[in-house]
Amino acid sequence: MAIGLAHYLTVAAILFTLGIFGIFLNRKNVIIMLMSIELMLLAVSINLVAFSVFLNNLVGQAFAMFVLTVAAAEAAIGLAILVVYFRNRGTIAVEDINMMKG
Amino acid sequence: MAVAVVFLPLIAAVIAGFFGRVIGDRGAQLVTCGALLLSAVLGLFLFRDILAAEEVRVIPLATWIVAGGVDVNWSLRLDTLSGVMIAVVTVVSSMVHVYSIGYMAEDPSIPRFMAYISLFTFFMLALVTADNFVQLFFGWEGVGLMSYLLVGFWYDRPSANAAAIKAFLVNRVGDFGFSLGIFAVFVIFGSLDFATVFGAAPKVVGKTMEFLGWQLDSLTLACILLFIGAMGKSAQIPLHTWLPDAMEGPTPVSALIHAATMVTAGVFMVARLSPLFEYAPTALAVVGIIGGTTAIFAASIGMVQPDIKKVVAYSTCSQLGYMFAAAGVSAYGAAIFHLFTHAFFKGLLFLCCGSVIHAMGGEQDMRRMGGLWRKTPITYVTMWIGALSLTAIPFFSGYYSKDTILDAAWASGTAVGRYSWVLGTIAAFMTAFYIARVMFMTFHGEPRAGEEAMHHAHESPWVMLVPLIVLAIGATVFGFLGYDFFVGDERASFWRNSILVLPQYDSLAVAEQIPPLVRYMPLTVAVIGIAIAYVLYVVDPRLPARLASQFRALYLFLLNKWYFDELYDWLFIRPAMMIGDGLWKSGDGAVIDGLGPDGVAAVTRDLARQASRLQTGYLYHYAFAMMIGLVVLVTWYLLPR
Repeated sequence: MAIGLAHYLTVAAILFTLGIFGIFLNRKNVIIMLMSIELMLLAVSINLVAFSVFLNNLVGQAFAMFVLTVAAAEAAIGLAILVVYFRNRGTIAVEDINMMKG
Repeated sequence: MAVAVVFLPLIAAVIAGFFGRVIGDRGAQLVTCGALLLSAVLGLFLFRDILAAEEVRVIPLATWIVAGGVDVNWSLRLDTLSGVMIAVVTVVSSMVHVYSIGYMAEDPSIPRFMAYISLFTFFMLALVTADNFVQLFFGWEGVGLMSYLLVGFWYDRPSANAAAIKAFLVNRVGDFGFSLGIFAVFVIFGSLDFATVFGAAPKVVGKTMEFLGWQLDSLTLACILLFIGAMGKSAQIPLHTWLPDAMEGPTPVSALIHAATMVTAGVFMVARLSPLFEYAPTALAVVGIIGGTTAIFAASIGMVQPDIKKVVAYSTCSQLGYMFAAAGVSAYGAAIFHLFTHAFFKGLLFLCCGSVIHAMGGEQDMRRMGGLWRKTPITYVTMWIGALSLTAIPFFSGYYSKDTILDAAWASGTAVGRYSWVLGTIAAFMTAFYIARVMFMTFHGEPRAGEEAMHHAHESPWVMLVPLIVLAIGATVFGFLGYDFFVGDERASFWRNSILVLPQYDSLAVAEQIPPLVRYMPLTVAVIGIAIAYVLYVVDPRLPARLASQFRALYLFLLNKWYFDELYDWLFIRPAMMIGDGLWKSGDGAVIDGLGPDGVAAVTRDLARQASRLQTGYLYHYAFAMMIGLVVLVTWYLLPR
């Protein structure tokens, strides 16, 4: 069985869904949330690369590289924010982050 | 000149009231006292002119109301009656003004006080010079308003506010009757002008009108309604309750209210409307009975009160009763004569009380006074003059007027007259007793005040003593000087047509022909009264307390003023409060507020609380909502239509 575009997209979709559920079902830790966001970004990157190969267009792969860079920067910033947040509040449990409660 | 007499106090009041800050305390005192003294001097000249003039003078000032059948002008009616009143009001009031400079020296709002008492005087002058019922009513309401403002002058005292409101409300009851009476007069005569009404009075005798479903004699009805107004203003039973409480005001105000203005308005009004009352004998009988009853009622209360001002206040109430008793037997001349002498000696007594209170540093309870006469000799002497005049000791002015009233009451020969005489004579005994009691408790005996207070007790400054001396002279000589004119042989040429007395009712004419026993009875009981007071309060000061415990029920009955306040409280105030409470809680609170502002607010608050529950503050909830929204939108676009 040749591995085609549909398989790639399916894997990406599964990863994306995992990411979403990781965000919404996770009640414990913000770091897991960040990891879930990374997961969703990777799923999107897979889509980009798969379509790039499928359409014979290198722009998609170049774009995937950008996404990876941005993802790395974003992870760095997110973690930095988390560290500062932990210093200020002493916790990064998701339940406790509700200052916007009405 | 008449215009100046009446309007000078108004101008002074406006200047002192509105520009008090500009001209300062001293300026306000100068302006008002100057205007009042000038007004008093002019008033005396005016009085002389009026007596010399042949005709009643009416000075038109302006048109006030022209509406259909109602035609009301501002004008000043100058006849003997208004002349007497102008003289009394301006002289006594100017003395009170001068006295106030000394008495109110420490007060923070002098201009306001001076403006009020000047305005008070103006309203009283407007009342006595009225030429029609509406102007009379204007002055009537004006003095009512000023009494409210002045009794409540120290507005930071709750008791003063309560007394002011009480004075105003009780007067409202009387004024209600008074305005109904004016309406009745208008219905009967179709005019509110004194001249027209008085001219037409003999023609409506015996006519009837419907009132609350009854056919009543129209003139009697109108007169009784008008007299209800006089009862309110002149503090007669049962509308007397405000007068003793009006003591809460500063003492000069009490002197002004009790002597020259306000309370005399009722007596003046009955005398002014004598052409109506003469044709309504039933109404006159009511006047006489109420007057006689009030005379003895108030005197009996005065016998036991411990507050020096309260005693004098009840004394006023009682003396007004005498005046109405005189009016009740058609002796209007005697009523006005007593009003005239009473204005001097009661003004004097009140100002002396003020001087005593001043000397004692604000103490009003006689049980903590005594032995003051060495400290305040001038007050002592002048107050004795006032007291003897009130007691009707011969050659003091009260003797002439009060004895004339009692003589006329007996001489009238009617049942009402005899009733008034009996009650009035007993009241004369009580009068002598209570005022002698005041004198003995205040000035004689051992000092009951503390060492400190007695040390500080001092005679008042001259600005307060001069008015006392002037009024004391008035209280001494005016009875003797005025007797012939007011009630004696000259009375016909003195009063001329300002007072109407029908020949068959003329009790003053036969007042000379009463038995000597009747004639000297009031004097005898007065002397006995003083003697008893002397025994009780100087010879054996422990006796009153023993008597009080012996006759405890009677003592409490009198001390609590015949329980009138309690009765009214139970009869009117409680039910009114209950109705008000019910309407407030169920009507306003539950229905109007519940469905209106409060209800809307509660619904809004509930909705807002529900809405705010959506804001959990958890990031993943928001993210979830965003994703749901995204999914819905995408589905919406992708779904084939």
